[in-house]
Amino acid sequence: MPPVLELKGITKRFPGVLANDHIDLTLHEGTVLALLGESGAGKSTLMNVLYGLYTPDEGEIAIRGERVDIAGPNDAIRLGIGMVHQHFMLVPVLTVTENVMLGMESIKHGILLDREAAAKRIRDLSARYGLDVNPDDLVGDLPVGIQQRVEIIKLLYRNADILILDEPTAVLTPQEVEGFFAVVRTLVAQGKSVIFISHKLKEVLALADTIAVLRRGKLVGAADPATATERDLASLMVGREVILTVSKEPAHPQEVILAVKELRVRGDRGEIAVDGISFEACAGEIVGVAGVQGNGQTELIEALTGLRPVMTGTVTLAGQDITNHTPRTITEVGSAHIPEDRQKDGLVLGYPISDNLVLNTYYLPPVAKGLVMQEEVIAERAERLVKEYDVRTPGIFTPAGNLSGGNQQKVIVARELSRDVKLVIASQPTRGLDVGSIEYIHSQLVRKRDEGAAVIVVSAELDEVLSLADRILVMFDGEIMGVVLADEATKEEIGLLMAGVHPGTQEAA
Amino acid sequence: MSRQKANAEGKSPSRISAAARSLAVPLLAVVTALIIGALLIIVTDETVLAAFGRGIGSGLVQAWRIISKAYGAFFFGAFGDLYHITETLRIATPYIFAGLAVALGFQGGLFNIGAEGQYFIGGLTSVYVGYSLTGLPWFVHLPLALLAGAVGGALWAGIVGVLKAKTGAHEVINTIMMNYVAYRLAEFMLDVGGPMARPGYRPVSPEVQPSAYLPQFFPSDSTIRFNAGFFIALAFAVLVWWLLYKTTLGYEIRTVGQNPHAARYAGINVPRTIIITMALSGALAGLAAPMDILGVIHFMPNAFSSGYGFDAIALALLGNSHPLGVVLASLLFGALRSGASNMQGIAQIPIDITSILQGLIIVFIAAPAIVRAIYRIRGLEQGEELVLTRGWGQM
Repeated sequence: MPPVLELKGITKRFPGVLANDHIDLTLHEGTVLALLGESGAGKSTLMNVLYGLYTPDEGEIAIRGERVDIAGPNDAIRLGIGMVHQHFMLVPVLTVTENVMLGMESIKHGILLDREAAAKRIRDLSARYGLDVNPDDLVGDLPVGIQQRVEIIKLLYRNADILILDEPTAVLTPQEVEGFFAVVRTLVAQGKSVIFISHKLKEVLALADTIAVLRRGKLVGAADPATATERDLASLMVGREVILTVSKEPAHPQEVILAVKELRVRGDRGEIAVDGISFEACAGEIVGVAGVQGNGQTELIEALTGLRPVMTGTVTLAGQDITNHTPRTITEVGSAHIPEDRQKDGLVLGYPISDNLVLNTYYLPPVAKGLVMQEEVIAERAERLVKEYDVRTPGIFTPAGNLSGGNQQKVIVARELSRDVKLVIASQPTRGLDVGSIEYIHSQLVRKRDEGAAVIVVSAELDEVLSLADRILVMFDGEIMGVVLADEATKEEIGLLMAGVHPGTQEAA
Repeated sequence: MSRQKANAEGKSPSRISAAARSLAVPLLAVVTALIIGALLIIVTDETVLAAFGRGIGSGLVQAWRIISKAYGAFFFGAFGDLYHITETLRIATPYIFAGLAVALGFQGGLFNIGAEGQYFIGGLTSVYVGYSLTGLPWFVHLPLALLAGAVGGALWAGIVGVLKAKTGAHEVINTIMMNYVAYRLAEFMLDVGGPMARPGYRPVSPEVQPSAYLPQFFPSDSTIRFNAGFFIALAFAVLVWWLLYKTTLGYEIRTVGQNPHAARYAGINVPRTIIITMALSGALAGLAAPMDILGVIHFMPNAFSSGYGFDAIALALLGNSHPLGVVLASLLFGALRSGASNMQGIAQIPIDITSILQGLIIVFIAAPAIVRAIYRIRGLEQGEELVLTRGWGQM
């Protein structure tokens, strides 16, 4: 029997870059193929070719042995190819049924929506694949893990046989990841075929039947998950040996740098996003903040950095009360901030790297003398920092928007960590970055700790928090569920705290 | 992903070629507009149609004759002799100020549609200082009258800036509304019997004191209206360029314009910057009016509207919101206007054709994809283009 999907010699060029270079892939029916690669390796391009969003310059696609042309997503869906994007395409105010029907509504009496028929099919699909989704729930009320299943049902509803899942575990808690794995296993057991895009080595090893590794647009290897190790995969991905764990000495916490007392902060919709949090961060330690995204971490960091007003409570930085002070004051007291959304907050994409490197010091001597900015100083500083922080760029006047994500982040890291600060706040510092950049940024944060700064790292990646932090705060629903020492904590323990359950009690909070 | 990567990995286009491509579109827009304008002249000219009735050959000959006559008169009117060259520069002068006003707003992420209203207010404050103060030496009186224009425009636009900064009220709506207030205010002030009208039955202000005149450049030839205003405008273009690209304030304005989130993160006081940007933009628009009032007509008439404030939007777009670009665009518009009146006088081509030319140029510039498609020029990469203004309702 021919494989369910075969890509032969797929090549896609963009001006000046070969995004996909003669890639061959084979997906067999009822298996999981993991596509592994750093950001920028060509995974998304390849999947967009498969989904009909790009036309390949060379190569062909065969489904069940028959050559096909995919001119757009409609073709792809007709051929049974479905994709769950990293960012869900769901309408929160509609029910599951309505979301699933969207775009292919069942109709009765000519003009009326036939919700019952659709809901019945969703129930059948849900039961058959063990998805446990109620068609009448409002999508906005569902946890992220269930929303993901709604996306999967959308594909099954459209009779997709080949499911492309783009970084599906990025938004899930460890427990939800387990549930997600179970769903994928049921899907393949029932004859569906899955392409699983990821850069998380552990998950790829746990789930995949075959692994294909992309690097710089080329297929650099295939691995058998039964025999391959994480280290093998990482070096295949990066093209050299990488250190997977963060190497650091034990912490020697000194005096308290940041003291947060009974902090209460409102979210964008006026809800209490941070609900009476107290903690301290000391010089020479890395405090990790773990938690599923959307449990108040963003609002906490914004309140600490002056970007969001504090309702009640106090924030003290190096003995100075900075509650509700402006971002500038807080920066000047001695804090560095690597923001969560690097393109929105951290950079002016149209500015050259050199101007981005002075974003929060542009008015201070020696960068400015009075009102006049000193171009030589800015250029000289940029040359030095680009070299020192290994920013790969054609030059210091290249617009930041032209850099890859990893290099954009390095620009921010260079700007923030090159200043003499007492506190470093790093929010999702390595999100979406490749292994090489992650390694580098981690080592810089550890260096800053060893130089005597207090470092706060917020991350949705449990592995990152565990390997980087000395002490971990777990946030759930705006509160600190627990504080654990990184050396002593287990993943399961933190995972339960992230889900709002105190280990031992097994009761949902 | 891939394109950005391409640039990051070495094939970055140089700044010069990017600048050349930025200039190519406006230039080709002008050429294209002139070609279409020629076609319009041909199809609306009865003698050409009659000649085509006699045969293709004679039609083409007549068409060529008309076009060469019209564009000959046009180019003579723009650059033909000293008088016409100085007219081009004189007309360009208020354009430069108004264009700089809108361009500065664009750089700060603000769409100042109110340059016209700020121009009116600047005219009122400037002319008031110009006629009411007496006995001052020119080097005190003239700067004071100019300053009054700037302050008037700055206050008028500053109101909109404050509203935006404090309440988020969108500057597009508020500047449009402030335009109407300014028109009617000027009407009230200058109408016969109004507080600023001269005695008698003409709805105009009193004559400005000669001590507030902008010095004529050719005082011996009274037909030449070219005056020192042009050089003041050039000086302000340099000043605006220096402010935007060399100072911390300019960095703040441009950062707020390109990414207000990053500006806030960087500790820039975004509301304050919005107010300053708006006020500076208004000051420049307010300075456009004294160029005509102090330099040419020496009083302010009731019906003062010139459309400068609206043409200024086109100038800023045409000039890519860069001061040098605005100066070049203003010279172009000055030449278009000066040439058009000559074309009308000599070749009997209706002045509407020039309005159509201006309109076409703006359309082609506002929709660069058309020009790129016609002439097959590669587009600018992300990050190369200038941010002109942000979408409706952001921030």
